[in-house]
Amino acid sequence: MKKTALSLSVLAALALGTASAQTTIKIATISPLSGGQSNLGTQIRNGAQLAVNEYAPQFKKLGFNLQLVPYDDQADPATGTAAARKIAADNQILAVVGTLNSGVAIPASAALAPSNLVMISPANTANQVTDRGLANMNRIVARDDSQGPAGANFIMDNLKAKKVYVLNDKTAYGEGLAAEVEKALKAKGVTISGSEGTEEKSDFSSIVAKIKLTRPDAIYFGGIYNQIGVFIKQLRGAGITTPVVGGDGLDSSELPTIVGKAGANNIYYTTVAAPLEALPAAKTFAASFQKTFNNPAQGFGAFGYDAATVTLKGLLEAIRANGNKAPTRKMVQDTIRKGTYKGLLSGEVSFNSVGDRKAATLYVMNIKDGKAVLETSLPVKPPKN
Amino acid sequence: MELSVLLPFIVNVIVGGLILGFVYAIIALGYTMVYGVLQLINFAHSEVFITGAVVGFEIFRILQDSPMNGYLKLLLALMSAMVVSGLLNVLIERLAYRPLRGAPRLVPLITAIGVSLILQDVLRFLEGLQGRFDLTYTLPAGFGNKFCAAEGSSCAPLGNFLRSVGVDVQLKDVILVVVALVSLTVLNYVVNRTRLGKAIRAVSQDRVTAGLMGIDSNRMISATFLIGGALGGVSGVLFGIKFGTVNAYSGFDPGIIAFTAAVLGGIGSIPGAVLGGLLLGVIQNLIGVMNIFGDLLGIDNLGTIDASYSKIGPFIVLVLILIFKPTGLLGKSNVEKV
Repeated sequence: MKKTALSLSVLAALALGTASAQTTIKIATISPLSGGQSNLGTQIRNGAQLAVNEYAPQFKKLGFNLQLVPYDDQADPATGTAAARKIAADNQILAVVGTLNSGVAIPASAALAPSNLVMISPANTANQVTDRGLANMNRIVARDDSQGPAGANFIMDNLKAKKVYVLNDKTAYGEGLAAEVEKALKAKGVTISGSEGTEEKSDFSSIVAKIKLTRPDAIYFGGIYNQIGVFIKQLRGAGITTPVVGGDGLDSSELPTIVGKAGANNIYYTTVAAPLEALPAAKTFAASFQKTFNNPAQGFGAFGYDAATVTLKGLLEAIRANGNKAPTRKMVQDTIRKGTYKGLLSGEVSFNSVGDRKAATLYVMNIKDGKAVLETSLPVKPPKN
Repeated sequence: MELSVLLPFIVNVIVGGLILGFVYAIIALGYTMVYGVLQLINFAHSEVFITGAVVGFEIFRILQDSPMNGYLKLLLALMSAMVVSGLLNVLIERLAYRPLRGAPRLVPLITAIGVSLILQDVLRFLEGLQGRFDLTYTLPAGFGNKFCAAEGSSCAPLGNFLRSVGVDVQLKDVILVVVALVSLTVLNYVVNRTRLGKAIRAVSQDRVTAGLMGIDSNRMISATFLIGGALGGVSGVLFGIKFGTVNAYSGFDPGIIAFTAAVLGGIGSIPGAVLGGLLLGVIQNLIGVMNIFGDLLGIDNLGTIDASYSKIGPFIVLVLILIFKPTGLLGKSNVEKV
């Protein structure tokens, strides 16, 4: 007798549980909310929050209570993976927006994969993020291997360079990027007047002398801002004003400081984090971001908003397909990968078979008198479409 | 490529190497003086030298907006760097080397490396407190200009000469060479013409006998470290002026090349250190542009020797010297007395 009463109450609790699960749907964010990169991570969280605020009424109409649950990864893979495990254990969470760092996204998405919990990244560029072919991992930004060709195209089409000097910092990042650029330039018949790697951090005199002798129309340097900054300073000091182009390793406000006021001109770099003025639809977004969080929106805020919008549109689609009942995680995962999302801040989003954005955009920034301004934006495609 | 383009290029590379060589030479003097007196390789010298560079950076930064004459700022930066680096070097000797003076040679060598690592992190911490890592020199206006600006304008005789051979240097390069030459002259005078120099030389020849003649060898050793450190300070500022940026870790490469220069010239010999520094500066720059000649002469293997090999050059030269003339170019062999 007692036994039946117990099982009955368990059944009742289960029924209640499912009932409340049907009324509450959560999406989670994973991004650094504390530590050195918290400025960017908070932007992602706030952008996603804005999208949730916007879509909550639509979910309400269908009988769902929509919530955002932010998780802090401190830009640390272990912390991010632990957060992902907690998320996977919370049955009300149906999708995840994140992360900022590729190093976190890779293990975190692997931890989410067994429970078919979809992840949409607003920022991760490493090739490996989607190259693993996980069904749950998608991103709305360009990949690292599209940066090289984009840089090469910019050098040919915008700078009209016929002769380019290619340098790299002998790291996996810099060497890979420079090799991609060189390959793309050679394919289009551009002369490579020199190609070399250097780990040197202070003395670039022999390289500067060679550049002076060979007179290239442009210089490409695959590497990070602290090395390239010193190089440009010495280049400009020798009276060479040739444009210098690089990848997102140059995307730091420190660069113009190192180069110094006089030389911080004619420097270009490709990056995935668009400045807000590059997104035509971002004006109202920026205004409501400022109003809600009392803090100006930046590029990653806009991409957090876009990633969350894609997630919520996908969720609505999955709910509709499931006869207005709460969908399973697997349904959400499959719906989002298949969908096409229009009217986002960064344009239309749709994913290829591995979760790369079919048509992404790289932004080329130009440093003028020490300030980075948008030069142009380039459409890029992932290798597999 | 025609000779009219190539010749100024080669001259420029050599002149650039000589300018770099002066920086190496003055760092090398710090190693060679200490070695001459104590037979100790002061591996912390590269950090003593970077401390000078950091002090110079701070002086230029503080005086950035003052209307003070640029050369006066330079003088202040050099003086402060000399004082700080000199005293630091004395302190290092007092705390880390003197207590170990009777110990086997390997022991002070290891403490030297330890001191070097500690100093790196202290420097990084101090600058990190102010949110800085890469220190960018803000030189007085005009220092970065070409030494001889426009074609046809009047120049100093030196400027006219440099232009006639197709060399263009910046004002700061000329300042660097002048400061280096002045420091060398002063050092030469102190070591060879003063009582202090005589006492230092006496201690370096035979510490015990010098002590019997009434020379306080500990004081002389401190004086040597003071002078060596002050030279390190000067070279730090010159390094900052030449390359524009330093951080707590940028002392290692120039330090080890300067040490090589000291060995190449004959460690313990002052003119040897200068000769070694200049030679290595030129060799390094020539190797850095080797691939250009490979392209021009159509020698494939030469074409792959690019700037990343430039720092190997000095060490190859060192190995050759040690094989064929182990005492270095100007060194005297040590006769072991029984």
